[in-house]
Amino acid sequence: MMASSYNAKEEDRHQPGATGHVGSGTMTNKMPDNTAFKQQRLPAWQPILTAGTVLPAFFVIGLLFIPIGVGLFVTSNNIKEFEIDYTGVDMSSPCYSCSQSYSWNNTKSCTCSVPFSLDQPFESNVFMYYGLSNFYQNHRRYVKSRDDSQLNGDKTSLQSPSKECEPYRSSDKPIAPCGAIANSLFNDTLELYYIDPNGSRTAIPLVKKGIAWWTDKHVKFRNPSGNNNLTVVFQGTSKPVNWRKPVFELDPSDSDNNGFINEDFIVWMRTAALPTFRKLYRIIQKKPNNMTPTLPRGEYILEVTYNYPVRSFDGRKRMILSAISWMGGKNPFLGIAYITVGSVCFCLGLVLLSIHYRYGKRNSADISS
Amino acid sequence: MEQIHWVRHRWQQLVAAESGRGRYSAPDAVPTKSSPKLHSAQLTGKRRTVIARHGPYQHEYDSVSKGCQGNGIRTTKYSLLSFIPMNLFQQFHRVANLYFLFLVMLNWVPVVEAFQKEITMIPLVVVLIVIAIKDALEDYRRYRFDQKVNNNIATIYSKKQQTYVDQRWQDVRVGDFVRLSCNEIIPADMLLLYSSDLHGVCYIETANLDGETNLKQRQVVRDLPQGSELTPENFHSRIECENPNNDLSRFRGYMEHPSNARVGLHNDNLLLRSCTIRNTETIIGIVVYAGHETKAMKNNSGPRYKRSKLERRMNMDILWSVVLLVIMCLTAAIGHGLWLRNLEEASFLIPDTTSPALAGFYLFWTMIIVLQVLIPVSLYVSIEIVKLGQIFFIQNDVDFYNEYLDSRIQCRALNITEDLGQIQYVFSDKTGTLTENKMVFRRCTIAGVEYPHEENARRLEVYKQEDDEAMGRSHTLKSRASAKSLSCKSLSCNRSSVSLHTLTGHSEGEGEETPSPTLPRHSAFSSPMEKDVVPDPFLVQKLNCLSSPLFLLADASMELTYIVDFFMALAICNTVVVSSPNQPRHNRIGVSRTPLKSLEDIKMLFQRFSLPRFSTLSPPHTTESTRSFTEHGSWKGAWSGLENSNGAQDLPCELGADELIYEAESPDEAALVHAARAYHCTLRGHSLERLLVELPGMGNLAVRLLHILPFDSTRKRMSVVVRHPLTKQVVVYTKGADSVIMDLAESPKGAEQSESRQGHIREQTQKHLDNYAREGLRTLCIAKRVQTSTEYEVWLKRHAFAETSIENREELLLESAQRLETNLTLLGATGIVDRLQEEVPETIEALQRAGVKVWVLTGDKQETAINIACACKLLRSTDHLLTANCGSKEACKALLLELRAEMECGEAAEGTSGFTLVVDGRTLEFALQEDLKGDFLELSRCCRAVICCRSTPLQKSQVVRLVQDQLQVMTLAIGDGANDVSMIQVADVGIGISGQEGMQAVMSSDFAISRFKHLRKLLLVHGHWCYTRLANMILYFFYKNVMYVNLLFWYQFFCGFSGSVMTNSWVLIFFNLLFTSVPPLLYGILDKDVSADTLIKLPELYKSGQNSKAYLTSTFWLTMLDAIYQSLVCFFVPYFAYAGSDADMLSFGSPINASSLLIILLHQVIESRTLTWLHALLLMGSALFYFSFTLVFSVVCVTCSPPNNPLGVDKLQMSQPLFYGVCALTTMLALLPRFLFQALHNSICPSDTVKAALMDQLNPDDYCRRMQRWNQTQAQSKTRSLVINVEDSDIKVPDPDFRLPSELKEGSATTGSLLS
Repeated sequence: MMASSYNAKEEDRHQPGATGHVGSGTMTNKMPDNTAFKQQRLPAWQPILTAGTVLPAFFVIGLLFIPIGVGLFVTSNNIKEFEIDYTGVDMSSPCYSCSQSYSWNNTKSCTCSVPFSLDQPFESNVFMYYGLSNFYQNHRRYVKSRDDSQLNGDKTSLQSPSKECEPYRSSDKPIAPCGAIANSLFNDTLELYYIDPNGSRTAIPLVKKGIAWWTDKHVKFRNPSGNNNLTVVFQGTSKPVNWRKPVFELDPSDSDNNGFINEDFIVWMRTAALPTFRKLYRIIQKKPNNMTPTLPRGEYILEVTYNYPVRSFDGRKRMILSAISWMGGKNPFLGIAYITVGSVCFCLGLVLLSIHYRYGKRNSADISS
Repeated sequence: MEQIHWVRHRWQQLVAAESGRGRYSAPDAVPTKSSPKLHSAQLTGKRRTVIARHGPYQHEYDSVSKGCQGNGIRTTKYSLLSFIPMNLFQQFHRVANLYFLFLVMLNWVPVVEAFQKEITMIPLVVVLIVIAIKDALEDYRRYRFDQKVNNNIATIYSKKQQTYVDQRWQDVRVGDFVRLSCNEIIPADMLLLYSSDLHGVCYIETANLDGETNLKQRQVVRDLPQGSELTPENFHSRIECENPNNDLSRFRGYMEHPSNARVGLHNDNLLLRSCTIRNTETIIGIVVYAGHETKAMKNNSGPRYKRSKLERRMNMDILWSVVLLVIMCLTAAIGHGLWLRNLEEASFLIPDTTSPALAGFYLFWTMIIVLQVLIPVSLYVSIEIVKLGQIFFIQNDVDFYNEYLDSRIQCRALNITEDLGQIQYVFSDKTGTLTENKMVFRRCTIAGVEYPHEENARRLEVYKQEDDEAMGRSHTLKSRASAKSLSCKSLSCNRSSVSLHTLTGHSEGEGEETPSPTLPRHSAFSSPMEKDVVPDPFLVQKLNCLSSPLFLLADASMELTYIVDFFMALAICNTVVVSSPNQPRHNRIGVSRTPLKSLEDIKMLFQRFSLPRFSTLSPPHTTESTRSFTEHGSWKGAWSGLENSNGAQDLPCELGADELIYEAESPDEAALVHAARAYHCTLRGHSLERLLVELPGMGNLAVRLLHILPFDSTRKRMSVVVRHPLTKQVVVYTKGADSVIMDLAESPKGAEQSESRQGHIREQTQKHLDNYAREGLRTLCIAKRVQTSTEYEVWLKRHAFAETSIENREELLLESAQRLETNLTLLGATGIVDRLQEEVPETIEALQRAGVKVWVLTGDKQETAINIACACKLLRSTDHLLTANCGSKEACKALLLELRAEMECGEAAEGTSGFTLVVDGRTLEFALQEDLKGDFLELSRCCRAVICCRSTPLQKSQVVRLVQDQLQVMTLAIGDGANDVSMIQVADVGIGISGQEGMQAVMSSDFAISRFKHLRKLLLVHGHWCYTRLANMILYFFYKNVMYVNLLFWYQFFCGFSGSVMTNSWVLIFFNLLFTSVPPLLYGILDKDVSADTLIKLPELYKSGQNSKAYLTSTFWLTMLDAIYQSLVCFFVPYFAYAGSDADMLSFGSPINASSLLIILLHQVIESRTLTWLHALLLMGSALFYFSFTLVFSVVCVTCSPPNNPLGVDKLQMSQPLFYGVCALTTMLALLPRFLFQALHNSICPSDTVKAALMDQLNPDDYCRRMQRWNQTQAQSKTRSLVINVEDSDIKVPDPDFRLPSELKEGSATTGSLLS
C-alpha cells in the first residue's frame, strides 16, 4: 500500500507539465482564465480629447445651436403678451384705495376697474393669468402645509387632517381644505371688458374650465365620495380661516367645478417654483368664425374684485394676457442662449482649428516621418 | 477619519476576545528571532497539562482539560441569531454611519425637519444593508469552510469499543489518541507517540501550513515502548507543555512517566494540524492542542488593515467638504434670518413667534439635512467595493501566474491597492528575492588548494543561456518587435495573442532547440542544473589515488585525508532526506543493514590514508585501478568497475543510483550533497541513527549518527557528531559561515608541521574565500574535529541535561553546541552560486526608470552583495561607488561627511551616471543612531541605489522606518524569508515572495508574489491603474456631490432660504444612491488610461502616480470649481427659461434634475479614458433608470410623498419640447469648459500619460517608431538633467535638435521633445 502511494507521488513529480504541490491530493489548477474581461483587455473606445478630435464637435454644435436659437427666438418674439400691474401701489392707480385694506376678512368687497389698451390683436386662444410677485409659495413650511389625502377625498383625512396643516388644521371643527396653501387661496375676481370704439362695454367670455392639469383634476383632487350633495359631505368641517365661503361654495353653479375639484383652487394648490410667478386664471377662446381676432386691438377694462392683500409683504399683483406656442409662453432667453452658445462654440472651433494646426502638426509630422 | 478603521479593528479584537470559542486571533506580531525574551516570559507559569482522555486518570482528565478547547473551529463572526444585532453594532462604529444616524435623528426634531422621516433613513438603511450583505456572504463562506473542515473524518480511539473508530474532526478533544495513515491530514496538534516506521520516524508535508513541499521528519517521543501499537488505556504518562502559541518552529515541554522520569519534548515530536502524513504507514499521536489553539489556527490572522496614502489625502478633502457644508448652511441660516426680518406679515407665512435669529439657527440644521449629500459618505462604501474589484483583477492577472508552483498573486491586504502606484522606495532582500535561492555548487577549495571547476562553470553558463532563452521567449518577441516593424505589427494588432505567447512561450518551439523540457529544472532540487555537478579533473585525479596501489607518499595522503573528510562532511553534515523513486524513503535504510562483503578490505584501505602509518597494507584490487582517470569520460566506467570489484552489492541499489532524490530544508545543503555525489561520495540513506554513505573505492558505509546540532542564525553553523565507521572515533563535522568557522578553526596543538600546515590552509582558504565573494558566490566553510571518547562522554552528559530542560532550553543548547564546536580543523570551503531570478535586471532597470529608488538590504557579505548588485544592473559600470565601513561612531560620522564631500566633487565630474552607497551592518548601526541618521539620510537620498550588507532583520526594518518617516515617502519592502518579516510589516506596502524559504514572509505581507519580476507589472501597470482609477473616482465623487448639492443651495436664494427643495425627496435621495452610483464604480474598477503594454515599456509613466499627479490639491479645487460652475449653469439656465412662468416647483426641478443627471454621466464619459460596452451599458442603464423611474413615479404616485407629490409632473414635462431644449442647452453649456480644457491641455501641453495614451492609438508601425523615439528622448533627458544638476543654471544645449528649455526646466520627467 505504501509503495503504491509512493509511486503515485513520483509520477506526479516526473510527469512533465504537472504542476501544483506534489502529491498534495488536490491538483487544482489555479491559472486565471485568460479572458478579455479578466485580463482587462475588453475592446474599448479610448476617447482622448485633443484639439483635432473635438474640432468637429464644436462646429457641429455651433451649426446646430445657432439655427435652433434663431428658431426659438423668432417663435418667442411672435408670441404676444400683455401684462398689467393692478396692485395699486401708486396713488394714481385705480386700485389704490382697495389696496389699503390689509385684512382678509372684509365682508364688503372692494372693486376697481383698470383700463388698458392692446396695440396688437391676439389672434389665437388667449390665456389669462394672474401674477404675484414676492410671494414665496415655495417656502418650505408653506409648501408642507397641506394634506394630499384630504384633497384626494379621503374621509378620515377630511375629519382629522394631517398634522402638517397646523396651525390651519382645525378651528373648532377640522378645516377642509386644511393648511396654509389652501388658506391663502387667491380670491380676486378678474373680468375683462372690451370698450367698443363707440364706448359700449362688451364682456369678454372667460372660460374657467381646462385651466388645471388633467391629472390633478381627475386623479389627484377628488371630493369625498358618498353623496352628490357637497354640503352634506363637508358637514362637520369648517372653512379655512381666510376664506369667505366654504369649499363647497367655490362654484355653486357647476358641480363639476366645486369643492376640491374647483379648478381655481387646484391651480392655486400647485405651488409655484419661484417667488415671482403667474397662474392660469381663464382662457379666452378663439372665436369660431375665425375671421375676427380673439382680442382685437383697442381699449379694454379690467374689472377687479380686490380681495387679496399683498401690500403687507410688498407683493405685487398682475394680470397677464398671453398666447402660447409649441415651446410655451413668451421667453426670449432660451433663443438668445442657444444663439450665444452656438456662436461661442463655433468661435472656439476656429480657435481649436488654429491650435490644431500649430500643435497637432507636430504630432502628425512625427507620425508620418 | 483615520480613527474609523482603528476603532473597527479594535472592536473586532474585543469581540474575538469576548467570545468563548475565539475566532481569528488578532494579528499577533509574527514571531521573529529578535524577540526571544517575549516568549520565555510567556512560558513561565503558563503551562498546559495533557493526560490521555481514555486513560487511567479519568477523573483527573476533566479537571485538567477543562480549559482546553475542542477541535471544532469557528471562524465566523456571527451566528444566525446574533447576526443582526452584532452586525449593526459593528457597523455603527464607523463614523460615516454615525453621521447618517445623526442626520436621521436630526430629522426627527420637528423644528428642523426637512424631509419625511423615512426618507432620511434610506441612505443609512441602504449602506447598512449593502455592508451587511457583504459581511453575511463572507461569513457564510467561512461557515461553509468551517463545516467542511469540522466534518472531516479522523480515526480516534474510543473507550467504549476499545478500538479506533471514525469520528468527525470537531469531536476530537485534547488527550485523544488519533491514528493516522499515510496521506491523511492531521486534525489537531499532536505528539507523535507511535510510528510504524522502525526508527520511530514519520514524515510530514507542511505545504498546507507554510507552502514548503519538502518533507519534514518527525520523531516519536523518546523512551516510549516501540514495536507494538501502544494501548491508550495504559498510557499513564502526563504531558506538560507550554500554552498554545503561534510559533510554528517551537514547541517545548516534557512528558512525565509514572516513574517520575521526564522526557523532553520538542518541535520534532509535534505533528501540526493541517499537515499531511507522508511515507509512513501508520502513526498514533495524542492531541495536545485542538481547534483554535493549534499553531496553524493561531497563525491564521485575518486580512490586514492599512491606511493608504490616497485615503489619508481624501480624508483631508472630506474635511474641506465639511467646511464647505458649514459655510453653505451658515449662509442659508443668516440669509433666512435676514429675510425673515424684512418680512412682516405675509399670507404664506405660518404665524410664528420664533425670532429670526432662532429661526436661522433652526434652519442651519435643516440645511445640514438637505445638503447632507455634500459629505460623500457613500464614498467609503464605494471605495471598498472598487478596491475589491481592483483586487479581483490583480488576482486574475495571468501574468502573475506561476506555472511551476501553480500559484497566482495573493492579495492579503484589501485596501492599499492604490499605494502600489505611488511607491518611491523599494527595499529588497537579496537571497531568494533577487536570486532564485536555488544553490548550485560552483567550486571549492580543499586544504588550501583551489579547484576552479572550469567545466562546471561552463555548464552553468549553458544552463543560464538556455534558461534565458526559454524565459525570455516572450521578451525577445517584444524586443524583436521594436526592431522590426513587421513583427511589431502582429504584436500590437493582436495583443491578446501576445500575452498568450508569454504564457506558453516556454513550451512552444522548445522542442527543436532543447529537447529536454524546461519544467523539471525549476521544481525544487530536481533540476539537472543543481544535480549534475561536473567534477574538477584535477580533484578527481587526486581522489583516484585512493585506489591507486602506487600511492604511498605520506604528505600527499595527508591532503587526500582532507579531501575525503571534506566530501564526507559535505555528504553527511546536513539534514537531507534521501529517497529514491522506487522505494519509500524510510526503506532506504534497510539497505544499510546488508553487511558489506568486503568491509574488511575497505576498512584497511581507509585506514591506510586516514592514518598514514598503516599504509603499507596491500590494496585489494589492482587491475582496474591502474587505469588512467584523467579523462572525464572514463571516470564513470572506472568507478562502476571499482564497485563491481568491491563485491558489488545488491543490484537494485545500483540501478537506482542515479535516481536518488534529496530533499533538504535549505537549498545549500542539497547543493553540497549533490556536489559530494559528483565525486562519488554519495549519501544513500539518512535515518535518525544511521547514515549510509558510499565512498569512492569503499562502497557503502554505515555511519552511526550520534547528534545533529541544527543550524541557527546565531551560531551560523551546523554540526553532526558521528562515530566514524572505520576509525570508530567520534568525529564532529561542522559547516558554516566563513567568518564563524575561521574563528573557531584553531590549529591543533602538537606537531609543528601540522600547525604550519593549518596556518597555511587557513591563509589560502581565506584568500580563496575572498575571491569567491568577489565573484558573488556564497561561501561555506567545512571543518572537523576528532573527539576522544572521554571528551565526548562529558559533553554528552551536559547536552542531555540541556535537551530535557524546559526553561532556558535554547540557551543551554546553544552553550552546549558552542562547547562542542571548538578547536576545529579547517578542511576547506565551498562556493555556491545563487542565480539571479529571470528578468531581475530588467525589472530593476524599469523601477529605476520609473523613479523608484531601489535599496538592497542583505545579510550577505559586502563583496557578494556588490557582485549581485552589478549582476542585476542595480550598479552600473559608470556608477560611482561609495563604500562605508567603519568601526566606531566618530569614524562613522567623519566618514559620512567625507562621502558627502566626495559626492559633491563627484557630481562635478563628467561620466558618472549616479552614486551607489554600500554600507555594512556595523556602520549601519552607527548611522541609524539619532544624531547621525540625518547625515546618513542626506547622503543616501542623493544616491541612486543603496546596498546594505551584513544587516540584521532589525536593521532592515529600522532602515525602512527611517526612510519612510523622515523622507515622507511611500516605501515598499519585498522579501522571502523570516528575516524580512519585520521589514515587510513596517513598510507601507509589504510584498512577500513565496519561494523556497517558507511562508513566513508571505504570511506577514500585503501582497504575495512568486517571482521578483512580477513586481514590475504589479507596480507599473496595476499600481498605476489602481492609483489613477481610485484617484479619479474619488475626485469624481466629490465633483458629483458638490455639483448636485449646489443646485439645492442655489434654490435657497429663491425660496427665502427656507430649506425647500425643488425635487421630490425620493428622487433627491435616490439620485446619489441609485441613479449615479454604479457608473463611478465601474469607472474606478475598469478605467485604463494607458494600455498595459505601454506602461511596461515606458516606466516613466509611473512617476505621475508617485507625484500624486492625478489627485493634487489643485486638482481637487479645480474639480470643485468646475462642479460649482456646472451647478450654476444647471440651475440658472432652467431658472431663466422658467422665470415668471406658471411652472410649479416640481416642474421647475424636473429639467434641472434631468440635465444634472446627463451632465454627471457625460462628465464621466469625458473623464473616462476607456469606454467598453460595459460602460455604455451602465451609463445608458443609469439614464434610462432615472427617466423610467421618474416617469413611473409621476404616474403611480397619487398621494404619496407629500408635500412634493410628483403626480403628472414628469409625464407632462417630458411631453414638452421646452424640457428638451433646456436640457440640451444646460448639458452643453455645463460641460463646455471641461471639454475645452481637456482638449486644449491635451494638445498644447499633454502630460506623459496622455502622450502614451495617444501612442496606444497609433498603428503598430508608428507605435514602434514612437516608442524608440521616446526611449531616446528619455536617455537624452537623463543626461540633460545631470547637466542641469551640475550647472544649476541655464542649460547649454550641445544638441541643436534638442531645444525645449522651458519644458526641461520642469524636470527630467517631462519629455517634451517627443512632439517636436
